[in-house]
Amino acid sequence: MDLSRREWLLGSLTAGSFAEIAAAREHARKTVGGATTVHFEFFDAAMAADVEAIAAEILPSGDGPGAKETGVVYFIDRALHTFDAGQQNVYRAGMREIRETRQKLFPDAASIAALTADERLALVRAIADTDFFEVVRVHTLLGFLGNPSYGGNREKRGWSYIGFEDRMAWEPPFGYYDTEAK
Amino acid sequence: MNGRTFRLTEPVDFLVIGSGAAGGVVAKELSTAGFSVVVLEQGPYWRETDYSHDEIKYTFQAGLTNDTKLQPVTFRKNENEPAKELKAIEYGRQVGGGSVHFTANYWRFHESDFQERSLFGEIPGTSFADWPITYADLEPYYTKAEYDLGISGLAGANPFEAPRSKPYPLPPMRVKSSGALFERATKQLGLHPFPAPMAILSQPYQGRSACVNCGFCESFGCDMRAKSSTLVSVIPMAEKTGRCEIRPNSYVRKIVTDARGRATGAVYFDAKRREALQRAKAVVVCANGVESAKLLLLSKSNQFPNGLANSSGLVGKNLMWDNGSFASALFEHPLNEFKGIQVTRLIHDYYRADPKRGFYGGGGIDARFNFYPAGFALFGMPPDAPKWGAEYKKMLATYFVRTMSMLAHSTSLPMEKNTVTLDPEKRDAWGLPAVRITYDPHPDDIANMKWLLEREYEIFEAMGAKKMWAQPVEMFSTNRHLMGTCRMGADPKKSVVNPYSRTHDVRNLFVVDGSNFVTCARQQPTATIQALAYRAADYMTRTAKAGELG
Repeated sequence: MDLSRREWLLGSLTAGSFAEIAAAREHARKTVGGATTVHFEFFDAAMAADVEAIAAEILPSGDGPGAKETGVVYFIDRALHTFDAGQQNVYRAGMREIRETRQKLFPDAASIAALTADERLALVRAIADTDFFEVVRVHTLLGFLGNPSYGGNREKRGWSYIGFEDRMAWEPPFGYYDTEAK
Repeated sequence: MNGRTFRLTEPVDFLVIGSGAAGGVVAKELSTAGFSVVVLEQGPYWRETDYSHDEIKYTFQAGLTNDTKLQPVTFRKNENEPAKELKAIEYGRQVGGGSVHFTANYWRFHESDFQERSLFGEIPGTSFADWPITYADLEPYYTKAEYDLGISGLAGANPFEAPRSKPYPLPPMRVKSSGALFERATKQLGLHPFPAPMAILSQPYQGRSACVNCGFCESFGCDMRAKSSTLVSVIPMAEKTGRCEIRPNSYVRKIVTDARGRATGAVYFDAKRREALQRAKAVVVCANGVESAKLLLLSKSNQFPNGLANSSGLVGKNLMWDNGSFASALFEHPLNEFKGIQVTRLIHDYYRADPKRGFYGGGGIDARFNFYPAGFALFGMPPDAPKWGAEYKKMLATYFVRTMSMLAHSTSLPMEKNTVTLDPEKRDAWGLPAVRITYDPHPDDIANMKWLLEREYEIFEAMGAKKMWAQPVEMFSTNRHLMGTCRMGADPKKSVVNPYSRTHDVRNLFVVDGSNFVTCARQQPTATIQALAYRAADYMTRTAKAGELG
């Protein structure tokens, strides 16, 4: 990734003040509680379904949980009205363009979410080099592997999938190669 | 807040600006010596109970570091190009400063680091010079720092280390898989691996608990108080004297002086962005290698038209930072690097410069855990891996637990054209000029990083890595370990501070932090910053008691 792009992405993630992050966490406690939130604040239901369809191409279900099973779209929705609210217009414009691309490529489908698996893959391949796709990719990965208090990584399924566990303490040996070490 | 509070109008003996690696030490030394001390800290006062293992907050949202939304930074490679907003630098911004979130590497300099100009000669285009002090001058203070703060390590294990008067106060930390692999392979290659000296407690020490291997060191505050930041070690000692006030959310905009050209205090913005003036008999700036220079430049007056203590014109020049070569590799079995501290083994075999290489350079190479889960997914995978999709996801599951990294801490040659200046246009949220960074590495620094990357690949091969990868060494990233901008020297024309960190121009004004560095060794600066701070505080105590600061 070139410098400007990476900086832009990271910069986009530092939008929140601590008050906002605190608000996000408070919000997390109030609205999630479990893993079954169905309420969106920024997305409408159709937009949420389309965003989730794209996130599910980035991290498909199948050999273990993907974006869907970890609630990535809820993470993104919450990010867009808390610490990453500065990207609301980026999502509005970006999703409008992807929907237009969908319209051109698959005029008969009702929505991105309604595409067949092959069509969805073809659509994502068509947009994979755009800056907006990179924004969604970053959000999807943060939603998959970030702290569950932000609304994604439900039941820590993302962490379990990659073999990570957040514990307060670990005892050696930590891995295969330090088993015999002192 | 535990200490006493002072009134603004009542001049304290010492006003310390910045509470990080250096400021915390200075505050403790001066207050225990009997002086009244106020410490002004830009950032908030957080405790271990405020910290958490939240990767999004601490690694993606500048949770413990400068926030460029509030304090923008501009960057350019040279003065002929326009400076653009970019997070070119990063520093700790709360009580304890960078010592709170640092990885906790704690290397002493080598003896040769203080005399490299004499040993290796002139390097054209640089201001490469010897330090005005030697390792022997600093040795007692390195030892004092190690014992006050609590450093774990094994004396004598590094055959290249300088002589030490005492062993480390604590035994080394437990090795992890990256360290075990690294140790075996480097020994096979005839190199000399040793346990990393770390500012983390391997055993309980001075009322603090030992590390429990949770893995959240770099970028995080330790919620066990096992990382030996100034926040949990010397700052409580300072507060306990009843003579030291740590005043958080206090952002200094100017050091004020009287008609005689002596410092009399500092004007700062308080938590509500109201201006306040704290009076003091002497001022010690410990704001880091960028912010200290910025503050001196901001403190210009009719008497000091080029900035305070800047008769040499060198305030803000010779900026150096943490160049390095970073590589990662995949192994057959899980290493589970997320368990335990970041670094457990390293080598200094390639540390010393060698003219035979054809460039000035050298470095220390450590074996390390570098990426938490989301960071690994975004930045830790091989460059040729897919970026999304089923294959990418499967690779995450294979790679996360089986990957380790190496970092070669390398050189950053001092050059006057690499600078901290005040941006003429951009302002921060308080209305102060933004920091403008101008930096372009010396060709030898680049050649050195490339050469060290090859050494890392040799070691990975000897370890039996299944795959190895790295980003190009020229790739720019946010830089830390800020050094050089208020250089130390005996000659007032060629340096900003004297060999005890007192400014040449203002007898009751000190600057002590990474900005004093004449050269940056192999850019692990914290131990040396703290040794300088202990030594400077000793000198402050002696000169103040002798009435020489008035």
